[in-house]
Amino acid sequence: MIEWSGAIVQGVLLGGLYALFAAGLSLIFGVMRLVNIAHGDLIILAAYLGLSTTVMLGVHPFVALLIVMPVMAGIGYVLQRGVLNRTLGPDILPPLLVTFGLSVIIQNALLETYTADPRKLSGGAIDTASLDLGGITVGVLPLVTFGIAVAVIAGLQFVFYRTALGRGFRAVSDNQDIAQLMGLNKAHVFGVAMALALAVVAIAGVLLGMRTSFDPAIGGGRLIFGFEAVIIGGLGNLWGTLAGGVILGVAQTIGAKIDPGFQILAGHIAFLVVLAVRPNGLFPRVAH
Amino acid sequence: MSDLLTLTSLDAHYGDFQALYGLDLSVSEGEVIAIIGANGAGKTTLMRSISGLLKNRAEAVHYRGQPIGAMRADQVAALGIALVPEGRQLFPSLSVEENLLIGGKTGRKGPWSLGAVYDLFPILQERRTQASTSLSGGQQQMVAIGRALMANPDLILFDEISLGLAPVIIRQIYEALPGIVGQGMTAMIVEQDITKALSVSSRVYCLQEGRVALEGRTDDVTHDQITAAYFGVEA
Ligand SMILES: Nc1ncnc2c1ncn2[C@@H]1O[C@H](COP(=O)(O)OP(=O)(O)OP(=O)(O)O)[C@@H](O)[C@H]1O
Ligand SMILES: [Mg+2]
Repeated sequence: MIEWSGAIVQGVLLGGLYALFAAGLSLIFGVMRLVNIAHGDLIILAAYLGLSTTVMLGVHPFVALLIVMPVMAGIGYVLQRGVLNRTLGPDILPPLLVTFGLSVIIQNALLETYTADPRKLSGGAIDTASLDLGGITVGVLPLVTFGIAVAVIAGLQFVFYRTALGRGFRAVSDNQDIAQLMGLNKAHVFGVAMALALAVVAIAGVLLGMRTSFDPAIGGGRLIFGFEAVIIGGLGNLWGTLAGGVILGVAQTIGAKIDPGFQILAGHIAFLVVLAVRPNGLFPRVAH
Repeated sequence: MSDLLTLTSLDAHYGDFQALYGLDLSVSEGEVIAIIGANGAGKTTLMRSISGLLKNRAEAVHYRGQPIGAMRADQVAALGIALVPEGRQLFPSLSVEENLLIGGKTGRKGPWSLGAVYDLFPILQERRTQASTSLSGGQQQMVAIGRALMANPDLILFDEISLGLAPVIIRQIYEALPGIVGQGMTAMIVEQDITKALSVSSRVYCLQEGRVALEGRTDDVTHDQITAAYFGVEA
């Protein structure tokens, strides 16, 4: 019994990481209806930037975030204004194709720069530290990751619903023309949204890199987990995204408990079941 | 009087379809201009062209002597032109107050603020936290007007402010107009109700199939002239 509760707790905490993968996806889809196929590769790019920063400056990965976050945000803004804004329009195909191309480019650039050898970010003692919660052993890093995920989602929620910036995001999402009439330049608003999304991606990438080893090819898998979390939770609902991540994480750890080879498949099955029962996800934002 | 806004042979297209043909029009500071015309005459297209939602040759629209025809809508808004769009078009994800606040995004200084809008339409203050979609049509129109005022524009464009509203609400809104325009604002009013339009304006333009069919001082144009220009027949 305790073993199963252990698996569930691990799964919940893993869900925090998945929610971080998903939050950026959810944000940019919500603001500009852009499905970013390169999202997973951007997470891996952030992990490698974290690696380079820790190696070059000899700092802890958490400190490296002080550099990786603004760098990723800057990449996001430039990418959006320079490339992605041009693909947005009534046709949904161009952004899919362009971000797919971007995904290939990022993977190849990482392969050229860092080779295909698996790497890991070392966080020192926190990597192996664990706590005993009434017989269930919990890793400190997964716990911290989950806490960060909750804080990030709460922060995004605050920005979205309590600040002028978020008001602009929602206005542009509602009606681009009328928002432009109000003096909002949608090209800039989209750039800021992508910058914010990639700042979250930076956090996700560094935490991923501390948790497991990574190589340039694993971005696609992270994209899928992020997607599944967003869709399970219901489009346009950030707390739903956290719930989606948790459901996915728990399904995976329980699957792994039954049979280690069953982990990923169990997650996909949970996703399909939710989709079959609630095609709009568990907590979709009510249609206006 | 100096021209605030001048249109010089303004064309507008939707794909292959041409909606406006060589429109000439001028508005002086402090004037209230009525724009009338049958359905499909091009009134909304005219409003969209001035506000920057439809791009044009830069020289087709001059504002305070500056060519603005090719500017983006947000740049035009920053110069002090605001539009109350046809059909209100509030932001459904935003509360009443947030809709008003976003109108102030340009940061232009002037008499209009949240408090001033609430003084003009007290009901909006009561409903400030409600979703804008939960309001009645008339209240939504008040939000749309307030949202445009929040930009402290020098030129305000109204596109069919009374469309679909009950007569008593229309009267309320028109009673508020002098208080709005009295602040030194210049206004262009698109209106189906010709009598209403003429009663608040000093000059009138009548559009017909994308062209100016009649232009004149409200006091000078005759009923027959308007009928002819409106329907395209000799009365
Ligand atoms: N998005 C569009 N695409 C194609 N044609 C359009 C579009 N919008 C308007 N039109 C056409 O342009 C012409 C002028 O339309 P517009 O909306 O400016 O007329 P209007 O005078 O505002 O009419 P109403 O009194 O019905 O509001 C019409 O023939 C209309 O069919
Ligand atoms: Mg119209």
